[in-house]
Amino acid sequence: MTPIMLELLFRSLWETILMTGASGIISLVAGLPLGLALVATSRGGIAEKPWLNSVLGAIVNGFRSVPFIILLVALIPLTRLIVGTALGTWAAIVPLAIAATPYYARIAEVSLREVDRGLIDAVRAMGGNRWTIIREVLVPEALPGIIAGFTVTLVTLVGASAMAGAIGAGGLGDLAIRYGYQRFETTVMIAVVIVLIILVCGIQWLGDRLVARLDHK
Amino acid sequence: MNSVVSAPVSVALPQAEEIVRLTDVKRRFGTTPALDGVSLTVRKGEIVGIIGRSGAGKSTLIRCLNGLEQADSGEIHIEGRNITGLSEKELQPLRRRIGMIFQHFNLLSAKTVEENVALPLKIEGLSKAERLKRAAELLDLVGLSDKAKAYPSSLSGGQKQRVGIARALAARPALLLSDEATSALDPETTRSILVLLKDINRKLGLTILLITHEMEVVRSVADRVAVIDAGRIVEEGQVWSVFADPQAPITQSLLSGIRPQLPDTIAARLSPVSGAEQILSIDMAGPAAQGTLFADLSQALPQSFRLVHGGIDHIQDQPVARFFIAVPTRDAALPEQVQNFLEARGARVEVLGYDTNHA
Repeated sequence: MTPIMLELLFRSLWETILMTGASGIISLVAGLPLGLALVATSRGGIAEKPWLNSVLGAIVNGFRSVPFIILLVALIPLTRLIVGTALGTWAAIVPLAIAATPYYARIAEVSLREVDRGLIDAVRAMGGNRWTIIREVLVPEALPGIIAGFTVTLVTLVGASAMAGAIGAGGLGDLAIRYGYQRFETTVMIAVVIVLIILVCGIQWLGDRLVARLDHK
Repeated sequence: MNSVVSAPVSVALPQAEEIVRLTDVKRRFGTTPALDGVSLTVRKGEIVGIIGRSGAGKSTLIRCLNGLEQADSGEIHIEGRNITGLSEKELQPLRRRIGMIFQHFNLLSAKTVEENVALPLKIEGLSKAERLKRAAELLDLVGLSDKAKAYPSSLSGGQKQRVGIARALAARPALLLSDEATSALDPETTRSILVLLKDINRKLGLTILLITHEMEVVRSVADRVAVIDAGRIVEEGQVWSVFADPQAPITQSLLSGIRPQLPDTIAARLSPVSGAEQILSIDMAGPAAQGTLFADLSQALPQSFRLVHGGIDHIQDQPVARFFIAVPTRDAALPEQVQNFLEARGARVEVLGYDTNHA
């Protein structure tokens, strides 16, 4: 592999990390409250509001049912509004984050729902309000699951970012398609796949370690 | 034991302040009534046990007391204040006056033991230093000072419940609610937890209301017992007097495992009309149960009876006796003479039938 190719590989890796990291953080910051809202407003939840739960559920399902490549194009006007351009790495972060947020919200919802109701009762019996329940019970007790779910989301984003090449975002996937597939450069293809495997394994390993440290069950 | 313990407070004076008063409390789930008109009073310093089978409504009852469950009708007064119909927000400060312990402990797994104990104080808004100081005092009280930094998952069931008790006491409540607190524990651990509760009741003068399905729990710690069945309180009184003379069939059935019962082999061959021996049950409580009854009986009417089964239990320092005797029927007048003698001595006598087998 030539030095130029090597440099291209590193730049693509950086673009992938940037897209995955930025959209991952946004999906965490937006998806966790959304997941909390889904749990809190559900039947028997700490802020039971069935109609709001239905509305939120419908929005989440709506976004999750649109294929990412369609979402990528459909969101171009919004992307342009936020980033100023519809092309490039930064522009890809908007549709990636919007696709990952409802995805992560559902994963977080599952972990939050598994928190023992008895723990919520115990804190209510102490005189704790909803905010106390969220801060002291729901989030800390579900944290291992929330982190594990975030790991899954990041890995999914690494995959999804490959499609972002369609709007000129670059990244490892794009490199593999343009050089490895379209130009028959098998070496590049193999190199990209190896880097992706290392990246995914690294994310998973970090996530697993964090979960192991936080889990006191 | 330490500074948490204040001067001893005399337990349950008849005129003591009312901590809990329930008046005709009703609650239904769908069409089934969970509580069907419950009235009950708990006075300061008392330990009151509410016993019933599962599904009798006892969990709903205890959860109504701190507003975890809302009553449909009736009134609930805690320390003189009516809590019925209060909003969740209005209930929050009141709940800090009521500690609660649970069957499955409900400790937060992500927090250490001391953080768990300190949580009610965090909710109250105390500083971290104050919280940890108080948590240390309470862990000392329940004998778990060395586990302050441990996580609940590393504790045994009994230790977890001790942490639960420490946590429930952290905010210095006026009332402790115990929701089947020993039901998940083995008999030995159950005893140690009950001893701790009794200890806390005596030392801190803390009022305790506990629900259970085990008579043994009521027997060993409660001053008063209320028996609940199908959402109604069917029997209520001092523990020793209810044990000595249970009225409701449900009470008799709940007591069957803990009071002497006629042995099955004899019960099986009992005839209602005639037999070689008449089988009697004798119940006594208080001073009558302490006398030299059987010695006197055999002196007054020699060869008049045979002891079959029974014993004397001591509940709340009161002797409660229950015996089964067999009286030979060859002398037709003897059974009645024995009965009259026993009743004159203050015993409650019941003819259970005739043993057909014994010669």
